[in-house]
Amino acid sequence: MSNSANGAALPGAGGLGSIFDARQQVSEAVSAGLKRRYARERRFRLYGMLATLFAVVVLGILLFTIIRTGLPAFTQTMIKLSVTLYPQEIDPKGDRDPQTLSSADYQRLVRDALDDYFPDVTSRNDRRELFAMISPGATYVIRSMVMADPSLIGKRIEIEVPLKDDIDQFAKGKIDREADQANRRVSDKQIGWYQRLVDRDLIVSRFNTTLFTAGDSRSPELAGIWGAVVGSFWTMTLTLLMSFPLAVGAAVYLEEFAPKNRWTDVIEVNINNLAAVPSIVFGLLGLAVFIGFFGVPRSSPMVGALVLTLMTLPIIIIASRAALKSVPPSIREAALGVGASKMQATLHHVLPLAMPGMLTGTILGMAHALGETAPLLMIGMVAFIVDIPSGPLNSATVMPVQIYLWSDAPERAFIERASAAIMVLLGFLTVMNLLAVALRKRFEKRW
Amino acid sequence: MSLSTLLLALLVLSSLAFYLGRKKALSAAGGNLRTLHSLPNYYGYYLALWAGIPALAVFTLWLVLEPQIVQSLVVGGLPEAQRNLSPGRLGLLINDIRNLASGNIVSREVAPGLQEAAEHYVRLRDTSRIALVVAVLALAVAGLTFGRQRISAHLRARNQVETVVKVFLIVGSTVAVLTTAGIVFSLVFEAGRFFVAVSPAEFLFGTEWSPQIALRKDQVGAQGAFGAVPLFAGTLLISVIAMCVAMPVGLMSAIYMAEYAPPRLRTVIKPILEILAGIPTVVYGFFAALTVAPFFRDTGAAVGLTISSESALAAGIVMGIMIIPFVSSLSDDVINAVPRAMREGSYGLGATQSETIRKVIIPAALPGIVGGFLLAISRAIGETMIVVMAAGLTANMTINPFHAVTTITVQIVTLLIGDQEFDSPKTLAAFALGLVLFLITLVLNIGALRIVKKYREQYE
Amino acid sequence: MIAMQATTGRATDAAASPVPAFMTRDVCVFYGQKQALTNVSLDIHRNQVTSLIGPSGCGKSTYLRCLNRMNDIIDGCRVTGSILLDGQDIYAGSMDVVHLRARVGMVFQKPNPFPKSIFENVAYGPRIHGIAKDKTELEAIVHNSLEKAGLLAEVKDRMDQPGTGLSGGQQQRLCIARAIAVQPEVILMDEPCSALDPIATARIEELIDELREHFAIVIVTHSMQQAARVSQRTGFFHLGILVETGDTEQIFTNPRDKRTQDYITGRFG
Repeated sequence: MSNSANGAALPGAGGLGSIFDARQQVSEAVSAGLKRRYARERRFRLYGMLATLFAVVVLGILLFTIIRTGLPAFTQTMIKLSVTLYPQEIDPKGDRDPQTLSSADYQRLVRDALDDYFPDVTSRNDRRELFAMISPGATYVIRSMVMADPSLIGKRIEIEVPLKDDIDQFAKGKIDREADQANRRVSDKQIGWYQRLVDRDLIVSRFNTTLFTAGDSRSPELAGIWGAVVGSFWTMTLTLLMSFPLAVGAAVYLEEFAPKNRWTDVIEVNINNLAAVPSIVFGLLGLAVFIGFFGVPRSSPMVGALVLTLMTLPIIIIASRAALKSVPPSIREAALGVGASKMQATLHHVLPLAMPGMLTGTILGMAHALGETAPLLMIGMVAFIVDIPSGPLNSATVMPVQIYLWSDAPERAFIERASAAIMVLLGFLTVMNLLAVALRKRFEKRW
Repeated sequence: MSLSTLLLALLVLSSLAFYLGRKKALSAAGGNLRTLHSLPNYYGYYLALWAGIPALAVFTLWLVLEPQIVQSLVVGGLPEAQRNLSPGRLGLLINDIRNLASGNIVSREVAPGLQEAAEHYVRLRDTSRIALVVAVLALAVAGLTFGRQRISAHLRARNQVETVVKVFLIVGSTVAVLTTAGIVFSLVFEAGRFFVAVSPAEFLFGTEWSPQIALRKDQVGAQGAFGAVPLFAGTLLISVIAMCVAMPVGLMSAIYMAEYAPPRLRTVIKPILEILAGIPTVVYGFFAALTVAPFFRDTGAAVGLTISSESALAAGIVMGIMIIPFVSSLSDDVINAVPRAMREGSYGLGATQSETIRKVIIPAALPGIVGGFLLAISRAIGETMIVVMAAGLTANMTINPFHAVTTITVQIVTLLIGDQEFDSPKTLAAFALGLVLFLITLVLNIGALRIVKKYREQYE
Repeated sequence: MIAMQATTGRATDAAASPVPAFMTRDVCVFYGQKQALTNVSLDIHRNQVTSLIGPSGCGKSTYLRCLNRMNDIIDGCRVTGSILLDGQDIYAGSMDVVHLRARVGMVFQKPNPFPKSIFENVAYGPRIHGIAKDKTELEAIVHNSLEKAGLLAEVKDRMDQPGTGLSGGQQQRLCIARAIAVQPEVILMDEPCSALDPIATARIEELIDELREHFAIVIVTHSMQQAARVSQRTGFFHLGILVETGDTEQIFTNPRDKRTQDYITGRFG
């Protein structure tokens, strides 16, 4: 049966009748399979949707967890203290000598202020626990106030100073009050004292300006991203200054001047390959060549920028070449036709037209560099640096490395700050990307 | 005078030179600009280059060579006993001298000679800086004077300026090659020093990796064991997990975006994938270490599985998520490069959309997709931050994704972070690992780029 | 002397032979706001070659692509009017587009073999529709389709080599074999020879004539000579309107409409 039907199904195997049979058979086969085929179609489409959904959901979860973790870092729990600036403590001689003022025992004043609040806390151990609730930063606050205005000495001042990170975490509800005392970083007594302070309205929550003005610190409540932001600023500025001219030069040469030969092929393969070399290898290069051989200072934005320049160079070159390629040859011909030299045609006519594309590529390359971490670990930008770097040769760290350092820390408060730093970093990157998109939109091909 | 002030001065001199050059050319033309060979501005550029370039060259050279020269002079001035220290200890000594010189706290008691050496160092450096300023400024002025004399109406200023520009362009294009050369040179050189202490066979085939602890006293290198196989295995395990996530999800989402998604949805999803691609890896590392890994550990504990909090699974999956947009955008490109005629041929025969995709478009795009996958694998292998933050430090030979493993990149980072002496096998091992990493990714990249390029040509 | 009988730009197909394969009435096609085709009414008969001619952009390809709903792929394309295949409306909800395309095959302007072997190219249709019951049957179908397309002798020793390795004319015949392997009732050809050299073109034209025995064929062509050579009936399109249809001989020797006359004598086009 199958065989004869088969024969009939073949084109030209018989007369019109058998053709009709064959079509009938095909039609039946198609109808029979339709349901199954459409089911498969729907399934396939569903897989595609699920895959896309997965990517979107993951991004959502990622951003959600970071924002949820990071948001509390933008506020800091402060305690209102009423500090009496006893002249005999600060300036026994009374000559207002800055040296004396600067080295006075302000911690004692803070403790005195606390003792005023808790006259009942007297045992040595209890007092130590009590004092541990206040950040060591409190003393700096008082010192800088006194240094700025020595006339305050002898008066009583009302100040707000940060609480220690553990108490801050407790205040934000991040520490489980029910947990066993041994398993949490805040003792029962401290909780009791904290409660009394709350009852007396001495606890306030303030926007965490320290986060945006300070450098790194061992104490989370005193740590800020400003040092890293400045380090990133120096590194990025130098990277831009070095990579942009070089990359544009390379792209212009390869696209407009280079003869097609072995050497340019080598360069071409090189550039494409460099764009895919793991970033950590650039770090090794920086360590061996820039630090080991040329003696560029370790941990400095300079050496970071050198490494990032080499890393972003291929990205910018590739984008710049694409931009140059999209300039129609008629522009070049027109310029050459009125007697411009090849160089003039390129610099005066082609380059300006390709510039938006090149800038877009450069911004994206810089965004990439801004988020890069691994190679900078190799060249010592991972050091603990408290000071705000004042120049490209100072030791510095950068935003992503700061995030890495903080997320490695045991204190929850540092994790929080790492999340906050991520939010700031992502903010920068978003702005850069939007800029690139806007640039692309604004100067989209006009021919 | 600080270096940036010096550079600024140089810039001012060059601008002055531009003005002077232009003026000289105009006066040489005597009012008739047509007698000039080039436009007046070119004479300005010409003179500016004469003032700037030689001075800048000396400046750069000076900065590169100064540390070496000053250091060797300082070492030469040290007492005999200290001069003959081992290179490592000498390095530490020099470090101390530098720290002393810049007024920092030194790690140990200041040796009697050290203070003197530091002062010597400071004196030398100050002298060098003054000499630098004088030399650079003098050279700039000399260049200016010399160039100015050469300006006449017949001088082919434009051609000369253009030649300089062209040289700059060529230098720009060779930086890429120099970078590769630098990578190869530094990796091979340092790895070579490592292989003097540890045999390549032991490194490549040894199964014991503990660079910090000496296994036995008389061991070569006497520092630890350097068998990198567990690292290769760990890297492979995590990369495989990553690709298991990235390949299907990336490819399917690319297909959905290219073939199914309505245009409105596409304009929403595309930027989302781009955001995913633009997130720095340290953020993914943070996510892996603080969200995903604990989640897996707790889920495992809830169902009775022991999942390490540094499991290969967590690192691998997050790495896969990181690579999704990369795979997706590469696949999207190649799928869109399949000619429309191919689709129509299939639809014209009555194929459904999924049949067309599975049986015509994917086979047609396969080389490009494979190329994209290879690039993605290369990225997974070279990815550092996610594994540094979320994977383990101890080298385990296991294929159990619930256990902690370590990778090549993690070890490079841990070997090089912290106090390091440049000569110990421990630090040098990082370069040997770097060399292996570079070679693996090089092969993958070049292979992938070839395949993709061939594929592109096929449909052009 | 010029035939002026045609009074309207809209020609209806009056010369009806028994049971046309396709009966189309008042077909209009819109791309978004733009109307590409206005009120086309035309019948396609079995065992005949119908050629559609006209200047570029006149809507002949658009019309052709309505017949197996290839326009469905294009975003924003809308079709009105009725297109009946064996009396069934192909745009009705009950008509399945997959089934329709199995019944109405298509050959494209540029040969578009899949990047697969010659065998797999022809086997593609039967495979997706599940026509062949087993491997031998599939082989028989492929074999016969290639033979019918006049390609078998040239490729039978290299069935497993890629179809893209064939010459242009061979590729186009491969595409024809691929189309007839699913036993369609109608084959639509969209300028099938425009990318081929004259010898390959002649070969395809011969083939079209042979295929007429089993299939209704609609061919869109630029070349009036080709239309004259291969078709029995001809429709002339101009600016989205079917100006005139009739027997090929009549259209070329005695056109009723002035525009047809002008086009055929080469005054525009």
